[in-house]
Amino acid sequence: MADKTRKDAAEALAGRLFDGMTIMAGGFGLCGIPEHLIAAIRDSAVKDLTVISNNCGVDDFGLGLLLGAGQIRRMISSYVGENKLFAELYLSGKLELEFNPQGTLAERIRAGGAGIPAFFTRTGVGTLVAEGKEIRNFDGEDYVMERALSADLSIVKAWKGDAEGNLIYRKTARNFNPMMATAGKVCVAEVEQLVAIGDLDRDNIHTPGIYVDSIVQGAAFEKRIEQRTTRPVAGKAAV
Amino acid sequence: MAWNRDDMAARAALELRDGFYVNLGIGIPTLVANHIPAGMSVTLQSENGMLGMGPFPFEGEEDADLINAGKQTITELPASSYFSSADSFAMIRGGHIDLSILGAMQVAANGDLANWMVPGKMVKGMGGAMDLVAGVKRVVVVMEHSEKSGAPKLVKACSLPLTGQKVVDLVVTELGVFEVNRGRTPVRLTALAPDVTLDEVRARTEAEFEVAL
Repeated sequence: MADKTRKDAAEALAGRLFDGMTIMAGGFGLCGIPEHLIAAIRDSAVKDLTVISNNCGVDDFGLGLLLGAGQIRRMISSYVGENKLFAELYLSGKLELEFNPQGTLAERIRAGGAGIPAFFTRTGVGTLVAEGKEIRNFDGEDYVMERALSADLSIVKAWKGDAEGNLIYRKTARNFNPMMATAGKVCVAEVEQLVAIGDLDRDNIHTPGIYVDSIVQGAAFEKRIEQRTTRPVAGKAAV
Repeated sequence: MAWNRDDMAARAALELRDGFYVNLGIGIPTLVANHIPAGMSVTLQSENGMLGMGPFPFEGEEDADLINAGKQTITELPASSYFSSADSFAMIRGGHIDLSILGAMQVAANGDLANWMVPGKMVKGMGGAMDLVAGVKRVVVVMEHSEKSGAPKLVKACSLPLTGQKVVDLVVTELGVFEVNRGRTPVRLTALAPDVTLDEVRARTEAEFEVAL
């Protein structure tokens, strides 16, 4: 077994970045984003990127860093409402944007990693999303054909991992990370805790190491919270 | 007097049934969680990958790894589970969620829904809305009856880009409750807010509707 461990994000990405490439980045909002790998991509100055990610970070954190540095040419996302710079760049024509329904985006990535070139879904039938795509009727219902998505590189964030690249995610920080790990030609993972081989529960590994090419333990994680929402101690529970 | 936001949430909460798995959208739909009847078991799904959403955390107990689809910090419950976005939307698309309560810009008499895009304005994206309306068994819209301009939102045909075709079952506004039934039947007004008159509803509604109070 090869040791996939790298000493930091820059070393994990060395030789893997090139202008015009497509990168998938895990996370939902700022939750479960590979923050060290994103920062290392910013530092590399690689440009003309197509980035596939559910969101695009906020102005000064997450993928917003790459946006601010002018490295992203095209985004494939489901929601970008949190990012002011995104709106400016998009409206001035400096950024291309493809919106996918969130579940369609997730399934396109899953399909990309699973060797399924396309699939049919009811999501988006009769909307702008279905324009120009094949519609087929199955059992009396119309479905739209969606193509798989893959990438030159996927960057994911997990809670724990080992030198084989086995990964375990934590709570809702899992989100898009497991599918993206499977859909990149190369996958680099960053973890909060790099543990010894054998320390992960083999029955509860979310991403088996076969999908992961390099793994790095992040230094201090910022793990910024986008909408800190609390309830008063004496108050009644409210969601 | 027309219903306020909390009244509208309470009205939508009448759609809940014991044992339901429910997805709540952002805004007034989120308030529906405060109106789950005592003794009723309702499991809230968050499309970013969680079943069994608990209340907001106490201050100091926020966890960056535990958020809802509105990116707010939340908590877990003893029976909660976590899963990937692909699994989450398989659950939604596959018809395993009983009820989705969400907001809207326009609902048409045929059940069409528009709630993600105003052409010419910055588009934020549809998030999971298209998947939810395409896959969830029952779709309830909670919305203001009119736009700020006064333009009606319950219309004959949506002028805004659609989120889904023939997907809305029920609409709750501050004026009343309308059965839309995915366009399979004429729209029916089934409840009026206190002191709201039929004439007021007629004047502010473009879609034709029957009265079944």
